[in-house]
Amino acid sequence: MNAGAQSNAFDLSHSTVRELNAALHGLKQGSNALFWRIAHPGGLHAIAAGVDAPVTIEIDGPVGYYCGGMNKQATILIKGSAGVGVAENMMSGLVHVEGDASQAAGATAHGGALIIDGNAAARCGISMKGIDIVVKGSVGHMSAFMAQAGTLTVFGDAGEALGDSIYEARLYVRGSVTSLGADCIEKEMRDEHKQQLFERFKLAGVDGQIDPSEFKRYGSARNLYHFHVDNASNY
Amino acid sequence: MNEHVKAPAAPRTLPRESATFDAYTLSEIRRAAATGIYDIRGAGAKRKVPHFDDLLFLGASISRYPLEGYRERCGTDVVLGTRFAKKPIELKIPITIAGMSFGSLSGPAKEALGRGASQMGTSTTTGDGGMTQEERGHSKTLVYQYLPSRYGMNPDDIRKADAIEVVIGQGAKPGGGGMLLGQKISPRVAKMRTLPEGIDQRSACRHPDWTGPDDLEIKIEELREITDWEKPIYVKVGASRPYYDTALAVKAGADVVVVDGMQGGTAATQEVFIENVGIPTLACIRNAVKALQDLGMHRKVQLIVSGGIRNGADVAKALALGADAVAIGTAALVALGDNDPKWESEYEALGTRAGAYDDWHEGRDPAGITTQDAELMKRLDPVMAGRRLANYLAVMTLEAQTIARACGKSHVHNLEPEDLVALTLESAAMAQVPLAGTSWVPGQDGRF
Repeated sequence: MNAGAQSNAFDLSHSTVRELNAALHGLKQGSNALFWRIAHPGGLHAIAAGVDAPVTIEIDGPVGYYCGGMNKQATILIKGSAGVGVAENMMSGLVHVEGDASQAAGATAHGGALIIDGNAAARCGISMKGIDIVVKGSVGHMSAFMAQAGTLTVFGDAGEALGDSIYEARLYVRGSVTSLGADCIEKEMRDEHKQQLFERFKLAGVDGQIDPSEFKRYGSARNLYHFHVDNASNY
Repeated sequence: MNEHVKAPAAPRTLPRESATFDAYTLSEIRRAAATGIYDIRGAGAKRKVPHFDDLLFLGASISRYPLEGYRERCGTDVVLGTRFAKKPIELKIPITIAGMSFGSLSGPAKEALGRGASQMGTSTTTGDGGMTQEERGHSKTLVYQYLPSRYGMNPDDIRKADAIEVVIGQGAKPGGGGMLLGQKISPRVAKMRTLPEGIDQRSACRHPDWTGPDDLEIKIEELREITDWEKPIYVKVGASRPYYDTALAVKAGADVVVVDGMQGGTAATQEVFIENVGIPTLACIRNAVKALQDLGMHRKVQLIVSGGIRNGADVAKALALGADAVAIGTAALVALGDNDPKWESEYEALGTRAGAYDDWHEGRDPAGITTQDAELMKRLDPVMAGRRLANYLAVMTLEAQTIARACGKSHVHNLEPEDLVALTLESAAMAQVPLAGTSWVPGQDGRF
């Protein structure tokens, strides 16, 4: 913590999410309220949604839907599992889930990083638009569906239809992939990709512990970028 | 018979075209056979469906007295978002501009919509392409659409908006996603949508991070949290099951419900979808209103109706059936200059004619409205086009007031179903008003 930084405790068994978010949104530029500890989140929804400040928010327990939704700048540590849509539409900053994440983790997020220590359920990274997601466990079906940009790195396995209708996002999976979705193919792992993967390991604090060459890369075959009758059965 | 005498020609019947296989149908079969892909076009349903034309106002008589045309006040203002939002929207007229994307429309067209709407004290709505400066800068009141694709979605723009519209569907394609073909994915459009330039872009038909009404409630809660409960939240549905959709939107916490009938336009969708999925605007208003009434929320959660609104009579009829406001899309584009006969030769060169041009997805609009072509979009002067839209909105408002005064109403919202009769059985059943000259309301047996 910086010298002069102020630590703020918020207990959601006594206060409401609305009060918490109002306090976080009310932070002025240059505020020294840089560290926030949230007790008793109890699976409540929209905790720390819409934050736009360079603060660190530690949440002591499991959160419900959309924790860290549309986050900008903030570092949010969830000491528990996360419900649907954690860090959805994040723009920048970092969201770290120490447990598992439910469906649609990091959905449509434009930037920042999402680290999930456990598993992520279905549709992890759906419609992602630039975020970097690292899942240390496995991801469920339809992950990276219509993924437009960014990276999804999975240390475990991926479920059915990985990367269906993918655009320009890059997917790295160490384990097995049950099946690839339409227009998603395995691609060559060149040095630039290993370097990118290494950067993601650093992000997740595991650089030097995992060999990038254990991963396979997946991305768009770009065959469905233009409508053509001969591709009709693929849509 | 004498073989040298030529038999008279047998009378022949006239060539007869099939009512089933009419000329349009035959042309579509030939087009499909040649290309192998379904027909994609813009606009809404073109088939004839029961509509506001099938309703008439009764006007005042001995038992009702009218208001003086130019002297007695007839209010037109409407407040949207009174249920939960700290900052409801106050509009001077009950006619709003429906969501149309930057991408499907040019920058100057979005600017013109903003200028025209703002002159008349009403709102415009973004679309599936994010918020542009052209629109935010020129729209006093701007509704920001929250769509499945979330193209360009960000918290800064959402906070700049005056309201948020969660789009579940639209009348032209309930259950369908968006589509923007490569010709219109210019560098600017591609950047706003985080997509490669020139690709045929498909937008999702379902939201990526919620499914069903219980999730929607949590999603709305999140949007309210992000915007500190300030902004009205609309929920827009394509007309298909308006009673249940309205009830579920209310349950999920909507401030405003928008119901868009099948005549409502789209930038680009399959013709088969536009013409065969969804129900007419006329068929959905009473059911949406009934849902609000059953929940005790009529006039507390506002209802906006769209799809085929063309004039002040349509506005008055929609309001009389229980809507709080209407939205226009296609009509607004026509006011800007879309399908203007002055471009007839160019429409002919595109294989169509003024009034029938609907290949809005191709980006070759001679009027410079549904295009991203730098040369074509120069043809639309946003100041002049904005003025035309303002004029048109003013005329619609005056027309609606004229009818309301004739029915003795001091505010357009005082119009009621009792003021209406229907010309056809179908419209009587759909609008749940009597067939003209009778007291018969078909279908009034307790079901809807």
